[in-house]
Amino acid sequence: MKGMTLIVKTITDFVVAFIVVFGAYIVLYGHLTPGGGFAGGVIIACAFILLLLAHGSDAAFAVLPEKVAHIFDSAGALAFLIIGWVGVTGGFFFLNVFGRGEAFRLLSSGMILPLNIAIAFKVGSSLFLVFAALAMFRRRSFRAMIEEELS
Amino acid sequence: MTVYFLCAVLLMIGLYCLVAKKNIVKKIIGIVIMEYAVNLYLITIGYKKGGVAPIIDKTTNAELLERFVDPLPQALVLTSIVIGLGVLALMVSMVIRLYEKHGTFDMSQISKLRG
Amino acid sequence: MNPVPLYVAIPLGAAFLIPVLGMWWKKSGEALATLSTLLLAVMAILAVGTPAMVHHMGGWTAPLGIALVSDGLTVLLLITINVIAFLCTVFSLKYMTAYTGLPKYYSLFMLMVAGMNGVVVSGDLFNLFVFLEIASVASYALVAFGVEADELEAGFKYMILGSVASVMILFAVGTVYAVTGTLNMADAAREISTRFGGAEMNPALLLAAAFFLMGFGLKAALVPFHAWLPDAHPSAPAPISAMLSGVVIKSLGVYAMCRVMFHVFGFASSSPSSVIIANAMITLSVLSIVVGGLMAIGQWDFKRLLAYSSIGQIGYVTLGLGVGARVLATGGTRSLAALAILGGLFHLINHAAFKSLLFLSSGAIQHATGTRDMKMLSGLGKRMPITAATTNLAALSISGVPPFSGFWSKLIIIVATIKAGHPAVAAVAIAMAFVTLAYYVKVQREIIFGPVRGRAESAKEVSAAMYVPLIILAIVCVGFGLLYPVWGSRILEPARDAVLNSAEYVKLVLG
Repeated sequence: MKGMTLIVKTITDFVVAFIVVFGAYIVLYGHLTPGGGFAGGVIIACAFILLLLAHGSDAAFAVLPEKVAHIFDSAGALAFLIIGWVGVTGGFFFLNVFGRGEAFRLLSSGMILPLNIAIAFKVGSSLFLVFAALAMFRRRSFRAMIEEELS
Repeated sequence: MTVYFLCAVLLMIGLYCLVAKKNIVKKIIGIVIMEYAVNLYLITIGYKKGGVAPIIDKTTNAELLERFVDPLPQALVLTSIVIGLGVLALMVSMVIRLYEKHGTFDMSQISKLRG
Repeated sequence: MNPVPLYVAIPLGAAFLIPVLGMWWKKSGEALATLSTLLLAVMAILAVGTPAMVHHMGGWTAPLGIALVSDGLTVLLLITINVIAFLCTVFSLKYMTAYTGLPKYYSLFMLMVAGMNGVVVSGDLFNLFVFLEIASVASYALVAFGVEADELEAGFKYMILGSVASVMILFAVGTVYAVTGTLNMADAAREISTRFGGAEMNPALLLAAAFFLMGFGLKAALVPFHAWLPDAHPSAPAPISAMLSGVVIKSLGVYAMCRVMFHVFGFASSSPSSVIIANAMITLSVLSIVVGGLMAIGQWDFKRLLAYSSIGQIGYVTLGLGVGARVLATGGTRSLAALAILGGLFHLINHAAFKSLLFLSSGAIQHATGTRDMKMLSGLGKRMPITAATTNLAALSISGVPPFSGFWSKLIIIVATIKAGHPAVAAVAIAMAFVTLAYYVKVQREIIFGPVRGRAESAKEVSAAMYVPLIILAIVCVGFGLLYPVWGSRILEPARDAVLNSAEYVKLVLG
């Protein structure tokens, strides 16, 4: 994809950083306020999807290369599983062995925060990959359609 | 009770769309409508009159706790939306591939296998 | 520590490690998948004879947290799933080399195994639904893995009907939650039995039971919910067909139906609602036996014939369970119900063995000859002696020829059906057993015996990596029939007792 008009590009450059920061806030405060790893991950993925739509897939992949996104995707899931394994030291899968901390503070409720971060990596990168894959599909089938028209 | 009935109507609309439409994209829309009918049903199960969002913070007291709606169905719906998203992505990619192969979205033209 | 979560954690970990390692190490999928399925199979076999156990996730005890439960029925299914998954992985090593994107294949395969193991160990209704979706989504993608027109169409049909099934199951889960206020299966069972034990059920609950039957019936491909199976199973790569027919329809369909119907709803004696549910199960089973059998006769595509045969044989499994349920619901003797359930479970594990053997054999034949059209094959017995021998053996076993395992399980089901007072149903089951024999005789006559003709002329026996799993499964098929006294009391009878004693399940989980 080649991207959109100059207005869209400029606005996108302006807001992308804010969207990522907002997504990170939703992830980090997921155990205190509504939100969490999934919602925040979707918001972060939306920032990259916006980049992809406005500037084209090459620009988006320059910021987040496909290979890196694949690694984040699997690493997020593996991190979730490993955190679950940490609980086994206390006898149960997913046992909350980390300190609970003081209620309503950022560093509280033990392993929920790391789990949220792992989920955010998984969801953010995989949603971006799904969108990028579908976008590539579309480009390819359009080309096939045009070639068919010409022949 | 009326709300549950409306959920059932929505479910039937989705089922009708799935069964009656030949366009595979519309069939997918039918599936999505069915999923959301069930999600709506789950949410209404947990609702109670005058309920507030079940978020605990420093100001939460016993009186407010009583008015919380049931948070469990909301967690279920969140999970089911995520699953639905995954299935939808797979469906759409399969539809695009089918379109590449056949050049049409019409199920009656795509269909060669006989159940 | 308790090993139950490992059945989910190991394949899930492998599924996510494979794509990462696959970027640098091309053989990561083969290595990790073989290793983890071998480990799982060994773990499942070692779990035989261990007492039933519960794992409370995160240390939250049962009605609050998610419980993972392993009882006799679970162990039976875990052995079936993981042993066949291991053999299919070994078969894939050679067979799948023709395809591209192998790390993705093995990753999806491990996700499917994780989902099935999760369904089997889950003690929570919603968790069961989530694992069911994991296994289903992985299997949709695997059916369409070849990305040719047929595969895509079959995968799309499977996905549409599978999604409808999931919607129905989710609706039923929500209704059970609305009525009982809990998602834990044992807790829901206790609630239902104290409120409705022996009496007419709440109509909402009966609606939930109907939706569960439809949803799991769709996953198990019982007639009239079978339309996807004859397309999806033949279109998938052979090891996936073997997994789908061998274990997926059983763990997602039959096991889940059995667990929910027997343990959550329960078949309390002289409850009119329980009789309705049991009658529905028997009706669906008889329809499946008849339609699956009759449709299989006319097929000339080898894998399609096997797929229709799966519908019929799943009907026998649910017939055993349904008759057992009806005996319990009408207040018959427990020993008769036990016999019927034993027959159903015995046929379940038998069918897993011989149907995956048949599908793997069909894959070997397709690999060697390039076709699965029975009209183009003849006399493979002379060209591919090992594959032909295993195919023969599985065909004899599935069609119920006496010394083999299929005969004993069908005999038990039919005897139990007659004793329970359904001679007409038993007559249909016997007649369709002969029809099964008829279409497998057709398979033998067309592709194994006779003069060497058509594509068979240039065929050569497949390599050892492909025929070793076939031989192992063939030995299992013979062993199930002849050595029943050795393994039956250790694997099958605990499973039967687990199905029968729903009160014990409640006690196990809730403590």
